[in-house]
Amino acid sequence: MTRTARRTGRPMQVAALGVTALLALSACSSSDDSSSTDSGSSASASTSASDQLSGTVTVFAAASLKESFTTLGKEFEKAHPGTKVTFSFGGSDSLAASITGGAPADVFASASPKTMAIVTDAGDASGTPATFVRNQLEIATLPGNPDKIASLKDLTKSSLKVVLCDKTVPCGAAAQKALDASKLKLTPVSYEQDVKAALTKVELKEADAAVVYKTDVHAAGDKVEGVEFPESADAINDYPIVQLKDAQNTAAAKAFIALVQSAEGQKVLTEAGFLQP
Amino acid sequence: MTEPEPKKSTAAQRTVHDVHDARDVRDVRDRHDVNDVRPADSLADELDVRRAGATADGLDAHLVVQRGAFRLDVTLNVAPGEVVALLGPNGAGKTTALRALAGLTPLTDGRLRLDGSALDGTPPESRPVGVVFQDYLLFPHLTALDNVAFGPRCQGATKAEARAQAAEWLDRLGLAAHAGAKPRRLSGGQAQRVALARALATRPRLLLLDEPLAALDARTRLEVRAQLRRHLAEFEAVAVLVTHDPLDAMVLADRLVVVEHGRVVQEGAPSDIARHPRTDYIAQLVGLNLYRGEADGHTVRLDAGPPITTTEVLSGPVFVAFPPSAVTLYRDRPTGASARNLWHCEVAGLETHGDQIRADLTGELPLAADLTTVAAAELDLHPGARVWAAVKATQTHAYPV
Amino acid sequence: MTVPTDRSGAAADTIRGGLRRRRVRAQVRGVPLPLLVPALIGVAFLVVPLIALLVRAPWRSLPELLTSAEVWQALRLSLVCATAATAVSLVVGVPLAWLLARVEFPGRGLLRALVTLPLVLPPVVGGVALLMALGRNGIVGKTLDSWFGVTLPFTTAGVVVAEAFVAMPFLVISVEGTLRAADPRYEEAAATLGASRFTAFRRVTLPLIAPGIAAGAVLAWARALGEFGATITFAGNFPGRTQTMPLAVYLALQSDPEAAIALSLVLLAVSVAVLAGLRDRWMTAG
Repeated sequence: MTRTARRTGRPMQVAALGVTALLALSACSSSDDSSSTDSGSSASASTSASDQLSGTVTVFAAASLKESFTTLGKEFEKAHPGTKVTFSFGGSDSLAASITGGAPADVFASASPKTMAIVTDAGDASGTPATFVRNQLEIATLPGNPDKIASLKDLTKSSLKVVLCDKTVPCGAAAQKALDASKLKLTPVSYEQDVKAALTKVELKEADAAVVYKTDVHAAGDKVEGVEFPESADAINDYPIVQLKDAQNTAAAKAFIALVQSAEGQKVLTEAGFLQP
Repeated sequence: MTEPEPKKSTAAQRTVHDVHDARDVRDVRDRHDVNDVRPADSLADELDVRRAGATADGLDAHLVVQRGAFRLDVTLNVAPGEVVALLGPNGAGKTTALRALAGLTPLTDGRLRLDGSALDGTPPESRPVGVVFQDYLLFPHLTALDNVAFGPRCQGATKAEARAQAAEWLDRLGLAAHAGAKPRRLSGGQAQRVALARALATRPRLLLLDEPLAALDARTRLEVRAQLRRHLAEFEAVAVLVTHDPLDAMVLADRLVVVEHGRVVQEGAPSDIARHPRTDYIAQLVGLNLYRGEADGHTVRLDAGPPITTTEVLSGPVFVAFPPSAVTLYRDRPTGASARNLWHCEVAGLETHGDQIRADLTGELPLAADLTTVAAAELDLHPGARVWAAVKATQTHAYPV
Repeated sequence: MTVPTDRSGAAADTIRGGLRRRRVRAQVRGVPLPLLVPALIGVAFLVVPLIALLVRAPWRSLPELLTSAEVWQALRLSLVCATAATAVSLVVGVPLAWLLARVEFPGRGLLRALVTLPLVLPPVVGGVALLMALGRNGIVGKTLDSWFGVTLPFTTAGVVVAEAFVAMPFLVISVEGTLRAADPRYEEAAATLGASRFTAFRRVTLPLIAPGIAAGAVLAWARALGEFGATITFAGNFPGRTQTMPLAVYLALQSDPEAAIALSLVLLAVSVAVLAGLRDRWMTAG
């Protein structure tokens, strides 16, 4: 159920964000000053309100965090009655573009330091990002691994239809790094726009294999089979999280980041296939 | 529709009916078609027997089209070279009959034979039928020449052959100069002739014309009507035209078939129908006296009868027409009357139509005259009475044949 | 259809021309505010984002951004695929429109609704649906693969299929509308002249509705050119093979927004040039 919804729904969401970002980009710089002063004043107002957590905390998080963060969000709401966590999951790049374009968010959890840097470079982060999990690549194959794929090198067989993430998104960059490190040349049939799209192609059996994150293979259940490969150690992705400067609800934002980093939060994340930092 | 109810038995009416009863076989046959309750088959057999002497050429149709509550049931028999007009009010089923003949509307029942072969199941494109549509429907993207060449092309002629034939047709209809023109550059009269040429170019055995003059303005209509009459007279196969205009019908057709509510109510030569309307509708519709003669300036010398003075200046063979309402009757010869058209006549019959009385006159000039019941009483009109009939020149219309 | 006579025709034309001129002047003066204001807001809404794109465009680095081979590769692929998709739509869509407009059959309304469904379907869903149907494992694609060894996903043909799927309804709707407005009696006239239904369609109907077909084709082409969702879902993204301009723009946006804007400008310029060119040649001619 949720999987189907995600498969069809997510790329649309990403596309919509892309449009938002495009429009925001073409008009952002002129409104920068005014918007930052405005939200700055309202942010301080909400900080002084009370220590008691309340209100809504808005979290922009990488798509790969969807399952685990949704779980954590429910736990957070249970632990702090009166709060509500709203998520926007998407490609880290799109999310970063939205944030620098002025999208209202309290927390940003990215799938790569590079995309996080977009936000920090723009001065939209409050404090230094902290790495809260790491993600490792894995090969997703068809159930039962009919093509007997055992290594990254096996993917270079010309008879196989392999999809990679586009080099502009973290999973693609990581895969390229792993391939470069082992001096392999791989021509995929497609560079997918994000990791879920790559995984979908294998789930629909259109591609024989995809290089995706361990967490994605985990989330896909028995629709795909994961094959670990040693070169993935060369391309482990750090996931940084940060509170944003324009946060409306700083107290709740801080509390949510703390939950993610707590033992309880790490348990949920490792269960989903993430590595501890 | 139905035979007029036997009215109060006046002498006048009896006279009229006697005339009817003595009419030709065709009229009798009509009445069978209209009133007979015998099965269609036996009726058809009877008709075949009646026609046995004639050849199988021409149109032999019994058109039945049921559409919702409307039922068209019309029998048409037309010989080659004959022009028949289906005349009737709007919604009478004339156009449906024409579409059925063309194969554009399927027959619910009946039969359709042309020159001896059945057409009932034949699709429109395979029927030897040419149609001139009311608004011509010339293909706007093709020149006049290509419009006319369309039919021959569809019949398998090469492009060059088809164009040569088309050019010949256009030439025959006096349109050679307009061969390269697109339809929207043509005048109404020219478009009408192109449409006729297009229909004739397929060499149809049955030519159908739907309100051929309705799309024209009054002035053009005059010219085109005369031309069309000439072309139809030359046409050697069956021609059927549909019109609601009695003048068009009378000028163009040899025989009228009056259709009301999907049935034939009267059939016959134009002059017969004009003189002896059998329903109120026809009386009003066909309210025209029509004569043929030789024009010389303002005077038209009839083939048989006195001259008629007209306003038009013409020469050569012409038709003269005037409505019965234009006729004024006098008991005594009017003195100092301005009307130059004055004839001494005898009342042959009287018929009541609504609040009007139609007088059938014989004598110097056979004609029909309409007058009010009051006027008829004042004049003490009765069959056999002698009267003077006057018509102003301005109320006559003369047209070249 | 009223056909003016020779003599009165010229006069009528003059009168009509005069009326038209007067009407134009009257129109400009007499536009009511409740219509004018929303109309102008509408114009601003549609045009301002495009102006913003122009204003924010990295004009200085533009030559450099646009000389890369990848841009031209993507542009060429876009043009080729959009044109091929339009051709496919024409070959299949015009007869379909004719069927919907001219032939009475049970379930015609339902069929019309079905074939125009891609208009409201999110393109990404369309892409997934295409995968289910024509993918290597799809209900039709399975047969294509095993019988002919043909697989459409990840191929340029797949791009054309995805674009045609999304663009064809525009053509069908446009052509069907034109057909309904066209007088079917022209086809009857052709029939009485001995033309079979197909000949009548080819030699009479088709030329008559040519302007409508052209308009529909332009709409379909423009839609195909900008198609993103169905394409990336069904055909994937590989430079030179399936990466069309919209895909290149989207992916460039992830890493290099300036390049994305530059690419968008190219797409914009090409579309405007082509549409304006077609308008001059086709629309006014019809």
